[in-house]
Amino acid sequence: METIKSIQSAVEPRKPKLFVFSSLQKVFKQSIVLVALFLLWEIAPRIGLVDQAFFPKFSSVVVSWWNMVISGELFAHFMASITRSVSGFALALLIAIPLGLMIGWYPLARELLNPVLELFRNTAALALLPVFMLLLGIGETSKVAIVLFACTWPVLLNTIAAVGNVDPLLIKSARSMNISSYQLFLKVILPASVPTIFTGIRMAGTGAILVLIAAEMVGAKEGLGYLITYSQYNFQIPEMYAGILTIALLGLLINQGLSMLERKFSKWKQPVNS
Amino acid sequence: MTGTEKIRFERVTKTFTVRDTKQKGVMQEFTAVKDLSFTVKEGEFLTLVGPSGCGKSTLLDLLGGLSMPTRGRILIDGEKITGPGLDRGIVFQQYALFPWKTARGNIEFGLEAKGVPKQERRERAEHFLALVGLSHFADRYPHELSGGMKQRVAIARSLAFNPDVLLMDEPFAALDAQTRESLQSELLRIWEKTKKTIIFITHGIDEAVYLGERVVVLTPGPGTVKTIVDIPLKSRLEDADIRSHSDFVKARHEVWSLLHEHEYQGAHI
Ligand SMILES: Nc1ncnc2c1ncn2[C@@H]1O[C@H](COP(=O)(O)OP(=O)(O)O)[C@@H](O)[C@H]1O
Ligand SMILES: [Mg+2]
Repeated sequence: METIKSIQSAVEPRKPKLFVFSSLQKVFKQSIVLVALFLLWEIAPRIGLVDQAFFPKFSSVVVSWWNMVISGELFAHFMASITRSVSGFALALLIAIPLGLMIGWYPLARELLNPVLELFRNTAALALLPVFMLLLGIGETSKVAIVLFACTWPVLLNTIAAVGNVDPLLIKSARSMNISSYQLFLKVILPASVPTIFTGIRMAGTGAILVLIAAEMVGAKEGLGYLITYSQYNFQIPEMYAGILTIALLGLLINQGLSMLERKFSKWKQPVNS
Repeated sequence: MTGTEKIRFERVTKTFTVRDTKQKGVMQEFTAVKDLSFTVKEGEFLTLVGPSGCGKSTLLDLLGGLSMPTRGRILIDGEKITGPGLDRGIVFQQYALFPWKTARGNIEFGLEAKGVPKQERRERAEHFLALVGLSHFADRYPHELSGGMKQRVAIARSLAFNPDVLLMDEPFAALDAQTRESLQSELLRIWEKTKKTIIFITHGIDEAVYLGERVVVLTPGPGTVKTIVDIPLKSRLEDADIRSHSDFVKARHEVWSLLHEHEYQGAHI
């Protein structure tokens, strides 16, 4: 009984103060280098380290960015890009996750499909862009399709790997409790796979933006990729940088959003650096 | 209560098909356990001791219905084991807790699969958390628990669906000496309270003698029953330092001698 008592007295309440302080510290650490970088961007053109015509100072970029926000121009391009990438991304998840679970669950399916999957995985999505444009035209369909294509592989392959790599001991332990295959899948395989599937989803999120911007740069009438090339052609250099900045922000936003979801679903995982 | 036969091993042999170590691509039969015959009485605490690799886990898998004997049969309550069942609960050495479930969630897992209603699941989980002294840790995830606590949760999880038989495969081997000793006496306390039949596998002689009413000594390669030793210790829990008691020392020496006879040369005990 002694051990039981000593364990129970070891439970201590959380310390909220310390928590706030450490999170402030974290914000500081994460932003300090970024702030320095923006400062450098501001100073370098001012003192003539780089040519202002090709590399305008940070404040001019921010001003033209703000002007584009006010005029509504940026929002239109932003919406065009986000609609395309989200539709392609969502479609990819809808297809790749169930398919991956199925392929991972049935060894025969895995064996049959493995060579094809390897082939597609190693085909750069952008290399197929001309094919998509030939087949689907330069409208929305080809752009959504290329995002869909690019997002499918990381999610599919990670889902298959996740199902195949569930700790056999957990399966054994669940089976010893006499649960059905269906319950095993639902209550063990699926939850155990979530973190690995999410890694794939995050990879897909990054890929979605990358591929879409490239596609928009080649053939589109709106979207952030189009904004960049259009500005460049018309020598609106600050606008071009404003477009680039927006894309970076968009990428960051998507990644943060997905990380947050990932943490929510994987809170049972041991933090890597503890 | 004791005396009735609960489990019977009848000439149980298990072979595996393995790759030949010398010739590539050639398959070979490998006998893990051979002609095992022994019985376990209802409510008995039986320990099995033998060197690593002698087929202890194989034997437990067979009992758990996770694999089938190649020859022979295992009877439980007179009926042949044909698969896993909730009449047997297994506790594994590496805990095998579901990392995405809290301590409580883990204990409720088997009940959930069984279709026990939510309210009752809760109550039973509370009861068994208290039994293993972890009431305050109900909402912790496994990675937030120490090894000893994880194993307590695993024990509680197996007890929760109320099996007749508890099968334990070196459950305390990964724990430090002090935690191991306290869990050993706690297990004895739980056994006295719940009256389960317990089959406990270990490669520790001390542990086998301390816990078991009888100790089955296994020989290596392939695993067979060498002898079954009766341990005439009465109240292990009343005597705080029973390990220095002359009866304990004698029993321990007997098992030790059996495990150091010539057929164990080169085996890892
Ligand atoms: N699935 C398997 N396939 C092939 N050989 C196995 C398998 N499981 C166990 N063995 C072999 O059977 C022997 C006994 O293993 P095990 O029961 O795990 O021993 P113990 O638990 O006593 O250490 C070992 O030599 C091991 O390599
Ligand atoms: Mg073993």
